[in-house]
Amino acid sequence: MEPLLKVENLRIELTTRTGVAPVIDNLSFELGAGESISFVGESGCGKSMTALGIMGLLPEKVGRIASGSINFNGEELTTATAKRLRDIRGNDISMIFQEPMTSLNPVYTVGEQIAEVIRAHQGLSRKAAWDQAIELLDAVRIPNAKGRVSDYPFQMSGGQRQRVMIAIALACEPKILIADEPTTALDVTVQAQIFDLLNDMKRQTGASIIMITHDMGAVAEMAERMIVMYAGRKAEEGPVEQTIEHPRHPYTRGLISCVPHIMSNISEERHALTEVPGIVPSLSDFGQNRCLFASRCNMVTQKCLEERPTEKPFANGQKAACWYAEEV
Amino acid sequence: MSNETLVSVENLGVRFAVKRGGGWGQASYLYAVDDVSFEIKRGETLAIVGESGSGKTTTALAVARLVEAYTGKVNLDGTDFLALDPEASRLARAKMQFIFQDPYSSLNPRLRAEQIVREPLDSLGTMDETEKKKIVDRLFAEVGLRPEQQRLFPHQFSGGQRQRIGIARALATQPDLIICDEAVSALDVAVQAQILNLLRKLQADLNLTYLFISHDLGVVQHMCDSIAVMYMGRVVEHASRMDLFNNPLHPYTSALLSAVPSVDKARREATKRILIPGDPPDPVNLPAGCRFANRCPVATDICRKEDPALRDVKGGHKVACHLVGNDAVSPL
Amino acid sequence: MTDSPLIPTEEIPEARHPFAEAWEMFRRNHAAMVALVVLLLIILAAIIGPYLYPVDPFDMVWSPFSPPGADGFLLGTDYLGRDLLAALIHGARVSIVIGLAAAVVSVLIGVTVGALAGFYRGWVEELLMRITEFFQVLPTLLFSMVIVALFGASLPMITFAIGIVSWTAVARITRSEFLRIRELEYVTASRASGAKNGKLMFRVILPNALPPIIVQAALMVGSAILFEAGLSFLGLTDPNVVSWGQVIGSNRQYILDASFTVTIPGLAIFVTVLCISLVGDGLNDALNPKLRQR
Repeated sequence: MEPLLKVENLRIELTTRTGVAPVIDNLSFELGAGESISFVGESGCGKSMTALGIMGLLPEKVGRIASGSINFNGEELTTATAKRLRDIRGNDISMIFQEPMTSLNPVYTVGEQIAEVIRAHQGLSRKAAWDQAIELLDAVRIPNAKGRVSDYPFQMSGGQRQRVMIAIALACEPKILIADEPTTALDVTVQAQIFDLLNDMKRQTGASIIMITHDMGAVAEMAERMIVMYAGRKAEEGPVEQTIEHPRHPYTRGLISCVPHIMSNISEERHALTEVPGIVPSLSDFGQNRCLFASRCNMVTQKCLEERPTEKPFANGQKAACWYAEEV
Repeated sequence: MSNETLVSVENLGVRFAVKRGGGWGQASYLYAVDDVSFEIKRGETLAIVGESGSGKTTTALAVARLVEAYTGKVNLDGTDFLALDPEASRLARAKMQFIFQDPYSSLNPRLRAEQIVREPLDSLGTMDETEKKKIVDRLFAEVGLRPEQQRLFPHQFSGGQRQRIGIARALATQPDLIICDEAVSALDVAVQAQILNLLRKLQADLNLTYLFISHDLGVVQHMCDSIAVMYMGRVVEHASRMDLFNNPLHPYTSALLSAVPSVDKARREATKRILIPGDPPDPVNLPAGCRFANRCPVATDICRKEDPALRDVKGGHKVACHLVGNDAVSPL
Repeated sequence: MTDSPLIPTEEIPEARHPFAEAWEMFRRNHAAMVALVVLLLIILAAIIGPYLYPVDPFDMVWSPFSPPGADGFLLGTDYLGRDLLAALIHGARVSIVIGLAAAVVSVLIGVTVGALAGFYRGWVEELLMRITEFFQVLPTLLFSMVIVALFGASLPMITFAIGIVSWTAVARITRSEFLRIRELEYVTASRASGAKNGKLMFRVILPNALPPIIVQAALMVGSAILFEAGLSFLGLTDPNVVSWGQVIGSNRQYILDASFTVTIPGLAIFVTVLCISLVGDGLNDALNPKLRQR
């Protein structure tokens, strides 16, 4: 079966003061219908840029798709017209953002904002759209939806605003929902509620979910497959559980072991956290023909500095872009 | 580690006046920190965890007297820090330093790194220049920065390096207590690990005492010796690290722990998520009973009528819940 | 940390003061750079001009209304036969000095009021901001005319009259910057390390509040020159010194017969104020941290 979304050899370039840098460098991945995948990595690794590229929302004049293809449902998005992309954004692919405080317009009620999206995409009457807005608020579990529908964003808590954002994203029944750090700004109990909500929605509507996050725990809870990004490149891809259990790229291993996780049994003993020294390289270093993680890697050899590693596939579906993937 | 108590906070309270509806009616108060007490032993770490609005940061600021408490005591090494006159408290600040959350706004952009680290020494005003220089040199080495970096300005450092400067500044006056307010939450995970390791190493080397404020239970679990969980300005549970994580008693603590996503498959399968629906009550018009009652899955009548006090249920494990008996069994 | 020889040690960048970077930014703004050069030339002319061209602007040197270029007088003569070039050179001194001095006066008043209001909040802020509003609603030209009329038209009094009506903008900017910066963590950090209020206000917060104040001050020099021209035009000026506005004012009856007597000093004011505005604009871009990031 053809995947719902197929990205091949995607290269996105960003023009900065110091020159043109490939923020996404030869990225390929697939997303099946009803599947959920996660993009993980530190900030500045190109996770959000991938999402913006798929949505056709790259920063104007600064960012552009240089080569590669994004195939959605049999349709090529890299060559689609602006109008067609707008249609797709409204009807087939929706996005929710990190900051629920600023992504809602403060001068309209939440009902008006949801109803407007419904009217634009389904051509319903004012009354019908308003009724559906109430239904959606109810669906995202805002208590007393009928009463809250005429609230303004400032009258709601952060978690409720993120629910409204999800309601807006779901208003046009998208095939793909892209969630860019949807819970980073929220408390952990609220995060748990949002995750539950997203999982329920996925079961009910059959939508695929792309979640962008830096939290391995969130990946483990939310996704079936994960893609680890580093410096604009895919470092590793694989089924979540097996990848977390046995990462094949030193960067993935570092990302997992440098975070103090709550394990099932807390013991008295505590070890120092494994460090990944240094920081993500700056944009001007992107795109070089070598392993960009080499400067932070404890397994580095001369070969890593001379040639960009190719992707090594493993039997269980894991793939890692490391010369020494078998040894990790 | 000695058993000496370094800090004891007694019945600390912070309130903010809020005007509601205008007019000249009586001011209502928002009790951001309400009757909070805890002790920290020298060389240990106490973590305060809680969600936004729980009062954990206000508690930290009140302990350091950066926010005025309307009641309560902060005994540091035997003297009540809050009762000192302004000049004495200014000098006493040397014993209690702060590490801030945001590595971008916590350093003065107009000063060089060395000037930032030296600032607390300048304020103390008891040293000559060469002495200060020597201390700054040592601090830079201690936090893992190179001497050549002393002349740079904050914007020339990465987030992690900036946080190291913030740590060096906090160490300058050889404080007994360091308050870390979400000191790593703004950092990327790899850098976060570097800073956490540094904090633990410094604690071991210099016998530092930390008051560690965080919302990240994973980090807290790694860093602390004991934990106070706050909800709506109150401490609802206070226990040692092992007790709190392995046997949480307050329903809120259980809910909080169960909400943390985990990479550990065994833990994911073992924990049933305890959902707490709804929102916390209005902090200005608090309900009569337990503040958590309206979201608590096991609340009974007494919870809605009487405000539970924090009490010791078993060997130092303190909890504020009517439903926990002296057998220390979770009501869930 | 691993000390593999393959891991390069990070390069230490040059320690550059934030103001050095602002200058870099400023230099890339061509309009502002040209304006700065012109402005420096005008200032240079004001300083050394009287030595290079030692003609007394009050002397009647030739027949009135000689057009520019006639009989060796580059810019011609006015209605009393006084050399306009000499008036322009000597007037530049007065105009620029008054512009700078008035700007200094209003920055001093404005920064003090704004800093106290923004730092202490509460009743101090209420009181100071009510006073500021009082000065804001005064009709500025009338008020300064009253001051000059009452206390005499000496240069210091004119400077003071201009300064006293134009400090309110500085006060408001300073206050809003203080309100913003006092909440930043590095100020709390200074407080936590035991800094006194005076140090917090003037050594920690003020340097960080300076950029918009500098821009405002630069623009104020321009408006002060215009203001002085306005007062001189109305005759409220020290009769013993020449200024550009005064030249315009004294020649205004002859604007139709000998328009150059008015347009030439008018042009001088226009060019100077335009240059100051452009420089102010360039400063604004250079000092604005949001624009500096790429």
